[in-house]
Amino acid sequence: MNPEWLDIGPLDQLPAMGARTLPVRGGEEIAIFRTANGQVYALVNKCPHKQGPLSQGIVHDTTVTCPLHNWRISLVSGKALGEDEGCVPTIPVKIDGGRMFLKRDAVLASVETPKLAEPAQCKAA
Amino acid sequence: MLNPVPKLHLVVIGNGMAGCRAVEEILERDASRFRITIFGAEPRVNYNRIMLSPLLAGEKSFEDIIINGQEWYDDNGIDLVAGDPVVAIDRAAKTVTSQSGRVEVYDKLILATGSDPFIIPVPGHDLQGVISFRDMDDVGTMLRAASSGGDAVVIGGGLLGLEAAHGLSLRGMKVTVIHLMNTLMERQLDEAAGWLLKTELEKRGQQILTTADTAEICGDGKVEGVRLKDGREIPASIVVMAVGIRPNVKLARDAGLAIGRGIHVDDHLVTSDANIMSVGECVEHSGQVYGLVAPIWDMCRSLADGLVAEPSGYTGSVTSTKLKVSGIDVFSAGDFSGGDGCEDIVMRDAARGVYKRVIVKEDKIVGAVLYGDTADGNWYFDLLKKQEDVSEIRDALIFGQAFANGGGAGSSPFDAVAALGDDAEICGCNGVSKGKVVACINNGAHDLDAVRSGCKASASCGQCTNLVEGLLALTLGDEFAGERQVKPMCKCTSFTHEDVRKAIVEKELKSIPEVMQAQHWTTPDGCASCRPALNYYLLCAWPGEAVDDQQSRFTNERMHANIQKDGTYSVVPRMWGGVTTPNELRAIADAADKYGARMVKVTGGQRLDLFGIKKEDLPAIWADLNAAGMVSGHAYGKALRTVKTCVGSEWCRFGTQDSTGLGIKTEQMTWGSWMPHKFKIAVSGCPRNCAEATIKDFGVICVDSGYELLVGGNGGIHLRGTDLLCKVATEEETLEYCAAFIQLYREEARYLDRTAPWIERVGIDYVKSRIVEDEAGRKALAERFAFSQSIYQVDPWAKRAAGEDAKLHQHLAEVRPFAGAVA
Ligand SMILES: Cc1cc2nc3c(=O)[nH]c(=O)nc-3n(C[C@H](O)[C@H](O)[C@H](O)COP(=O)(O)OP(=O)(O)OC[C@H]3O[C@@H](n4cnc5c(N)ncnc54)[C@H](O)[C@@H]3O)c2cc1C
Ligand code: HEM
Ligand code: SF4
Ligand code: FES
Repeated sequence: MNPEWLDIGPLDQLPAMGARTLPVRGGEEIAIFRTANGQVYALVNKCPHKQGPLSQGIVHDTTVTCPLHNWRISLVSGKALGEDEGCVPTIPVKIDGGRMFLKRDAVLASVETPKLAEPAQCKAA
Repeated sequence: MLNPVPKLHLVVIGNGMAGCRAVEEILERDASRFRITIFGAEPRVNYNRIMLSPLLAGEKSFEDIIINGQEWYDDNGIDLVAGDPVVAIDRAAKTVTSQSGRVEVYDKLILATGSDPFIIPVPGHDLQGVISFRDMDDVGTMLRAASSGGDAVVIGGGLLGLEAAHGLSLRGMKVTVIHLMNTLMERQLDEAAGWLLKTELEKRGQQILTTADTAEICGDGKVEGVRLKDGREIPASIVVMAVGIRPNVKLARDAGLAIGRGIHVDDHLVTSDANIMSVGECVEHSGQVYGLVAPIWDMCRSLADGLVAEPSGYTGSVTSTKLKVSGIDVFSAGDFSGGDGCEDIVMRDAARGVYKRVIVKEDKIVGAVLYGDTADGNWYFDLLKKQEDVSEIRDALIFGQAFANGGGAGSSPFDAVAALGDDAEICGCNGVSKGKVVACINNGAHDLDAVRSGCKASASCGQCTNLVEGLLALTLGDEFAGERQVKPMCKCTSFTHEDVRKAIVEKELKSIPEVMQAQHWTTPDGCASCRPALNYYLLCAWPGEAVDDQQSRFTNERMHANIQKDGTYSVVPRMWGGVTTPNELRAIADAADKYGARMVKVTGGQRLDLFGIKKEDLPAIWADLNAAGMVSGHAYGKALRTVKTCVGSEWCRFGTQDSTGLGIKTEQMTWGSWMPHKFKIAVSGCPRNCAEATIKDFGVICVDSGYELLVGGNGGIHLRGTDLLCKVATEEETLEYCAAFIQLYREEARYLDRTAPWIERVGIDYVKSRIVEDEAGRKALAERFAFSQSIYQVDPWAKRAAGEDAKLHQHLAEVRPFAGAVA
């Protein structure tokens, strides 16, 4: 039986104002972010601009600034902020008992529909 | 006459806040419906759990915190079974059984078992002296420990932990708080408020260790200390674990009731069994679990309404928190995680130690964090709960209820400033009145900076910048362009780079949150533009004292390698002065093979670059290169890059001096230094200039009689040849001038300014006056550089290869869809 949520490990593995990565075999790598306030978000680790690895950007408030060309991406919605337009898929996160869980079908979205792979696209809202 | 119908029997499990409140609410609605029995695990009457903190702090006695004494039970005919916990529920027989074997049949049952403190299962967690902070017994243990003084450790810097620490500290113990996150009370406070709180607690003598992870509680039978994962050890005769709570669902689970994180209840607090209800911290309603009393009051009302009156239905609670530490005012409510469409309104008053942040979304308040001045907390909380439209008072909101409501229609700061009298004080720091500011503007100060230099208004803390800009607009009308001649650092502040650097030195600011508070940042934790700049300014001003904040560095400096467009990294080991050996080359070749470098390229800086290295392989490749004697080339950093040399007098027929040797010495002196931007050096052995020293930040051209020193050159988009700084006679002088020049650039250029634009701005004559003409100043600069180097000249690769910050390089886990597992 497949659980609805995937346990990806303890929360203390994630540095505040930082990010870590979760490769998905046959699909898109996921970046998991933690803000200064301790909120956790997960996005596909690909900037909507030119696929920069968002996990390597600077996290401030609920935004990450892409390391390649400084696009700002909302961790909450995956949308590019300001002048830029684009969007990267988000993955629902749940924290329970000090562990992080990701919504299984969202994690596997890129595996099941490989067409989504390039460039990263958001599902219709 | 006897009542022929026996009363229904209501049994309550849990004699705590929720259980007794539910009974009170029921009695209030219908005092005669039930015969009531309450089981309590604790051997005492119903008391106010939240007052355990003031009790520990010595501000209250147990008598003071009793909610319902024995007479309440007697008067209402309630049978209290204290000190005898229920161990089983039989839903078919409708009975509960206590530890002592007492069996009660119920008609209706209320589960109010609260929560259990969470104990992190580190080695030593079961030693004597490791306790939680939940009930009277815990307070008793703490008071006994405190009576003999000594050291206490509190694990967990949340609300509970800080209240425990405060109490123990007032009781005379030396307290250390260990907190995993970098912000205290991170669930209630943002970084800025958390920092203020930390500073205040430290002033009161507590030691606060953030981002500290407990590895082990040490001791032989009894606690002796705590060891952190980074190796630090803190002595302790008592350890209080306050890392969180878990709903106590054991009985419910054993009885087969529906549970999630807590016991599932509907809007009338009824569980999956129609005869069993549940209230308090043990329940989960609409996916929510609560850890505060306010929701309990709401739940108990709905429970009683549903059970004995008109069902009203519980719809969830919005919560706010206050820290109960005397003399420290902290308030937090709602959601401050920000996000799309959210707008932050921030006000800081460094002089009073105040930080206020209100988060507005679609014209409604969604969250508030207040530190230092919480008078308006309830007002914001009220607006938040009622979902009031605040667009009318938006501009005045942050100044509080009095201000926002006082102005009526004209409630914007702009109108408020127009209404002020001429002698009203605008700038509190410098005591400048409205009249003086207006006079200054009328005398020709037509932008903010001119006002700041003209009459000092808004020149210190910047708090009144809005008011001054309001006065400019008011006085100048359309003439006020709004545009400033001097650009502020970024959108988070009204101060320029120079203002901020000056403040860092003069006010001795040593951390990023400290700068943001002192300089009234308008965002909670800055942006990707100011954070790296502040981090650099702090490292430069306070070598060894400022903490290098990894999360404020660009990825290249965090990973110590250059990110490439496909997300892989390039690795460039240092080759001193461009000189290498067969052994180094072999090690590089081996590394290139082993880690699958897709390209090996000779850089323009005379060294080798290995491309296509994966993030997770970086520590290993560095370890291999370290083993062959090579260190990081900092090809990724705002730092010294390379010293390019030519072969010079050692080999070349034109050579006048040993340019290669001097280049190596220069590189050995300067490597590892952080700079406002990248910094390149070259040494050519004669004016033919094969090392291209005339387009470097610092260039040396050797001549027969000595060394020509050149500065401010740049290749790049805007080609700029160097300016001649001066000519010196010896290598020693060359090195001293080089160090002094670098330090001047480090201390005075803006972050992300190369030397070329910096010199264009300040002029080469200024640089000469500091480096060439002022001998004492030059030596002092060179000494400051040497001091900074004594701290920062370390090989970051060696540290990482040895395991530091390993998390940065490793994946969290991997998903293998077809195996269906997370590895
Ligand atoms: C030190 C401290 C300070 C706090 N400060 C605040 C604050 O400032 N503001 C705020 O809103 N909240 C505060 N809280 C939280 C607040 O106290 C709780 O939210 C509240 O007490 C929860 O009420 P409850 O009835 O659900 O649980 P409890 O009050 O814990 O009551 C549960 C009771 O059930 C008993 N019990 C458990 N299992 C059994 C069993 N099998 N049989 C019989 N009895 C059982 C327990 O012994 C306990 O007495 C604080 C908590 C603590 C510990
Ligand atoms: C926006 C501008 C620039 C960017 C983004 C840039 C980027 C880089 C990067 C990423 C490297 C390291 C490559 C590697 O890993 O070897 C590098 C190295 C180098 N760059 Fe640039 N560069 C810029 C401008 C310049 C300019 C203006 C010059 C000067 C003439 C220059 C000359 C060099 C040289 C000589 C090296 C090799 C340095 C070394 O060995 O460490 N670059 N540059
Ligand atoms: S700069 Fe002069 S000394 Fe150096 S290699 Fe060129 S010609 Fe020779
Ligand atoms: S790839 Fe992210 S900004 Fe260009």
